[in-house]
Amino acid sequence: MKIINSDTHFDFMGKIKMTMTISGLVILIGLGSVALSGGLKYGIDFAGGTLIQLQFKTPPDIEVIRDGLKTISLGESTIQEFGSKRDILIRIQRSEEKLEAVGSKVRNSLGGKFNKEDITIERVEMVGPKVGRDLREKALLSILYAIIGIVIYISWRFELQYAVAAIIALVHDVLVTLGAFSILDKEFTLVIIAAFLAIIGYSLNDTIVVFDRIRENLRRRGKNTLVQSVNASINQTLSRTLLTSGTTLMVVVALFFFGGEIIHDFSFALLVGILVGTYSSIFIASAFLVYWDSRH
Amino acid sequence: MYRDLKWKIPLILAVVLGSVLLAYPLKEKISLGLDLQGGMHLLLEVKVEKAVEASLERLADDIKRDIFDDDLELDRIKAIYEDRRVNVRMVDKLDLPPVKKILDDYPFFSLVSEDSDGLGLVYQLSADHVEQIEQNAVSQGLETIRNRVDQFGVSEPTIQVQGERRILVQLPGIKDPERAINLIGKTARLEFKLLDEEHSLEQALSGNVPEDSEILYQRVVDKETGAVTKEPFLIRKRTVLTGETLTGAEVRFDSDFNEPYVSLTFNSVGAMIFQQVTRENIKKRLAIVLDGNVYSAPVIQDEIAGGRAQITGGFTSAEARDLAIVLRAGALPAPVVILENRTVGPSLGKDSIDKGFTSIIYGSLLVVVFIIFYYRWSGVIAVTALFLNIVLLAGALAYFGAALTLPGIAGIILTVGMAIDANVLIFERIREEVRIGKTVRAAIDAGFSKAFRTIVDANITTFIAAVVLFQFGTGPIKGFAITLCIGIAASMFTAVFVSRTIFDATMSQRKLDKLSI
Repeated sequence: MKIINSDTHFDFMGKIKMTMTISGLVILIGLGSVALSGGLKYGIDFAGGTLIQLQFKTPPDIEVIRDGLKTISLGESTIQEFGSKRDILIRIQRSEEKLEAVGSKVRNSLGGKFNKEDITIERVEMVGPKVGRDLREKALLSILYAIIGIVIYISWRFELQYAVAAIIALVHDVLVTLGAFSILDKEFTLVIIAAFLAIIGYSLNDTIVVFDRIRENLRRRGKNTLVQSVNASINQTLSRTLLTSGTTLMVVVALFFFGGEIIHDFSFALLVGILVGTYSSIFIASAFLVYWDSRH
Repeated sequence: MYRDLKWKIPLILAVVLGSVLLAYPLKEKISLGLDLQGGMHLLLEVKVEKAVEASLERLADDIKRDIFDDDLELDRIKAIYEDRRVNVRMVDKLDLPPVKKILDDYPFFSLVSEDSDGLGLVYQLSADHVEQIEQNAVSQGLETIRNRVDQFGVSEPTIQVQGERRILVQLPGIKDPERAINLIGKTARLEFKLLDEEHSLEQALSGNVPEDSEILYQRVVDKETGAVTKEPFLIRKRTVLTGETLTGAEVRFDSDFNEPYVSLTFNSVGAMIFQQVTRENIKKRLAIVLDGNVYSAPVIQDEIAGGRAQITGGFTSAEARDLAIVLRAGALPAPVVILENRTVGPSLGKDSIDKGFTSIIYGSLLVVVFIIFYYRWSGVIAVTALFLNIVLLAGALAYFGAALTLPGIAGIILTVGMAIDANVLIFERIREEVRIGKTVRAAIDAGFSKAFRTIVDANITTFIAAVVLFQFGTGPIKGFAITLCIGIAASMFTAVFVSRTIFDATMSQRKLDKLSI
């Protein structure tokens, strides 16, 4: 069976101008959104704070919860449904270093309004500002080190311009996903950083498969121009690219729909990242090789 | 031609069998992370500076005693916390040289300056000694917390030092996390102090606190209304006896009201001091202070020999039991604060497992159906390789003792998606080779060898990202990184080596004119 014809001759490099413009616009819109909302929206992992997930026996009225919380002066808090109407997520900006158990404090504050037995504390996460700062640093460093390691490997296996092109492509993917997160007002947490690193890995995987073919075709290119070789390589690997993205997307979609609230954003990041990663290995990474060649 | 099948097939079978043995039964062999089985992850910071302050205070006391013993007239001695110094002031200039001599016996103190009026000396604690105190505070704190957790009864707790001043406590499957927090974090510094009955409490409350005394409070809970009030006491700063001399602490019940209290037993040194203090202070009040809160302040009726005392204070029996545990395990050398707390209830954990596995099954099914439909017989080989990949992954997880976390499950799912990539690369290559007219054998050979380099390059870069994630990630993220690492390594084996062997084995049985791909 075949999904696409084995003998395609799409002129991918002829579309570079258009795709570059689109990519540029998407990234600009994303970054604009980040700037407008005053930076990235950090979850408690990075910003510090407290998060309490409660499950009620019957769907509660959020306003009633809000009134209950007012009695214990926790500072600024947001209350929202989490996956179902019975699951409530409360976020508190402040983090409590003291040994007071914040979960039961919250539950007790709701005691007058609900039957306490009907409220289960499902999850309590408290991250102090110090740890938040540490985690933020670590997350940034991990992305940086991953990129350095990859540049070294690709420069060794290929040539420098391939490494640069691969990095541009993955930065592109991360920026687009970042923008999507900002526009949809999703939070950055540790788990999302893991998703970003997975995207980096995936984006590279995809880029390298195309590069490998370009390198192979360039060795016996004969009279073909670089653009022709690049186009041929992308066409030859096209069915593989679509197939792999397709199968990976299948599982990520399964994760998105069946994986539960806690990893919902994680699977969303992967979903966006894989789509963009596939696109960028063709239109960003390969295009950069052509650009590099035209300048040297 | 296919002679190497003779070792390849047994090797594969051995690896698979080994993985199955390692991982079976799954429930016992693969440990679940806290997010899946429920539990508590606490990162504590030891306030080491408090231990240094306490130590400074103690040393100042010792010096004071030595000065008195030498019949010298001390004006005052004061510990200066910020600089880790003590300031000794005498009444007579001539007393300075003997004081210097006394301080010679305290090698970790060095003279840094003399007061300009010639009556005082300033000594500083050496940096080495401060560091020693801080290290002890952390290591003793760890030991104490371990003792408490052991007595509380948690299966397979993790308690370890992280960095210089942090202690990580992980309590899987804990039912009552809030009680555990109280138990772990309580400093449990028990002190016996005499009340200052010479000065007026009212005056002290209005701001005129005598130098050697302080105001401490007792929490009083009204049994009827549950309202909490605080009763102030004027208490001497000097501690007559601490919990360090305790040998036992048990819960007992009051025979009249059936109220629980904690009964204390002292060692011989403690018993002697207790006897002496009670003898010298009959009809005076002795406060029992725990972590700066007064629990009770009974009047000493008579000299108490035998080294026994009790703490009452309107406890519930659970509170009394926990108090007995912390007192038995000893005080923390310095207070701790919570830097990070992640607690997941058991039902949420179970829910996450269910959802995680549902998505693995649905996701894999989609991929399996699609690949078999797309590549036919070769697809079946790819799916077999994929299945073995998951078996190896389970075996490796069990072997490394890595806990499966929710992000870990996501890692498995991602592995399933990406492992198929290696086979897709190979199959697409084989198809190309077949198109240019190669025989089945030659096409398979060329397909595998040409795709191999691509697969290695692509996987190694992803592997680099995963290793970095493992190095820098914490908790659940590590779980994601490790499944991704193992998954990549396993897929190199299954997708390349195993599927090649299956192709070869099929071909050795019959000659194929046409490949089902």
